[in-house]
Amino acid sequence: MCDQTFVAATFGPCDNCTTASPLMNIYIKNEAINYCSFCVEVMACQGLQKGESLANLKRECESLKKKLEEERGKLNDVELHQVAEKVEVVGALSIKTRRVLKGHGNKVLCMDWCKDKRRLVSSSQDGKVIVWDGFTLNKEHGMTMPTTWVMACAYAPSGCAVACGGLDNKCSVIPLSLDSNENLAAKKKTVAMHTNYISGCTFTNSDMQLLSSSGDGTCALWDVESGQLLQSFHGHTADVLSLDLAPSETGNTFVSGGCDKKANVWDMRSGQNIQSFECHESDINCVKYYPSGDAFASASDDATCRFFDLRADREVAVFQKDSIIFGASTVDFSLSGRLLFAGYNDYTMNVWDVLKGNRVSILFGHENRISRVRVSPDGTALCSASWDNTLRIWA
Amino acid sequence: MSTTNNIAQARKLVEQLRIEAGIERIKVKTTVFCHVCVSKAAADLMSYCEQHARSDPLLVGVPTSENPFKDKKPCIIL
Repeated sequence: MCDQTFVAATFGPCDNCTTASPLMNIYIKNEAINYCSFCVEVMACQGLQKGESLANLKRECESLKKKLEEERGKLNDVELHQVAEKVEVVGALSIKTRRVLKGHGNKVLCMDWCKDKRRLVSSSQDGKVIVWDGFTLNKEHGMTMPTTWVMACAYAPSGCAVACGGLDNKCSVIPLSLDSNENLAAKKKTVAMHTNYISGCTFTNSDMQLLSSSGDGTCALWDVESGQLLQSFHGHTADVLSLDLAPSETGNTFVSGGCDKKANVWDMRSGQNIQSFECHESDINCVKYYPSGDAFASASDDATCRFFDLRADREVAVFQKDSIIFGASTVDFSLSGRLLFAGYNDYTMNVWDVLKGNRVSILFGHENRISRVRVSPDGTALCSASWDNTLRIWA
Repeated sequence: MSTTNNIAQARKLVEQLRIEAGIERIKVKTTVFCHVCVSKAAADLMSYCEQHARSDPLLVGVPTSENPFKDKKPCIIL
């Protein structure tokens, strides 16, 4: 977490009561304060209002949580797969590997499609970011970042820039130029600065704003031109591993998922956490909105993917099987939202029927765990990035 | 100080839960802040799927000639 207090013991006069005693050197908002332990206790209690105590607050927490569950339960009149019984079964899918993109020297950690439906950008553990033409397998641009583990990359909506970030705690935007001799890495501009690794980034509806999620437990919205922080989103109590922007043009919400097992929905303008879902039993590795924007899916280390409806405010489906024991690292929906493609740490991709809740197909091909799966903007193809140093395009 | 941290965290959590509990729950769809029963939400998800199913290339499959990623069979000129 960003703000931490460090406690170290020394002996001397207390700043507050001036008696000589063992001191606790605390840093509050970056200022060093040397109080004796009694004065520290007094200071902590000053924060409490009359009648409040830790026990009281805990009790109120529990009763509010129960009330929320009750209210949610009232709206749960039927299950999604029951409603979907009359829907036609998904026919046999003929999805096969059509392209294998080789060129990265180490694990491919992230990829993103360009809006032109043919280009894609990928980033890897060795610090390289490559822009590919998916049709011809041509590598159009290659950039070396000054850090290893570039865990996040995104294509700008205009197709003229890419953003990437990772262990350097920064997210940088690199404008793509047509001149192949230019050193693109030199033109990169640092936009986002966090106090821990960048786990995910995405442009908002234009090239001008960037959303980032970080291991420091926060998400942030940045202005690309000035690098200024426009809004920060606090609420997760552990690393945030993934984020996704709501699909509508007017929408200004996004969902984030993290190691605290929670998926939070945020309002971008106010920074407010609108909804929170805590159903997973382990870290949430990836979150993705349903194409209509009314629901989202999440993939977790507990080997399940779950489907949450925002208007019903609850989990409406769990995609799991006893034979699946490895964590799911990534999910994406097909164009209509009927299929959910999920990449797992057992090197396979499972294709789930979102409405009926059953698995439709398994896609084999990668030789190591799958780090990212993304459907192309027009839905014709699916790209998967893997720790086996390759990307595969399936159609 | 662990006590200060605990109290601050607990207070933040209580605030957040108060906000969530206060959001109105009604059985009619109006804005994103109102909640809806699962049968209505599920019906809407299903209708979205059905509306877009025909144009979903991965679901229904497109002929080889239209999908740029599928390799076309070479023509033989006799």
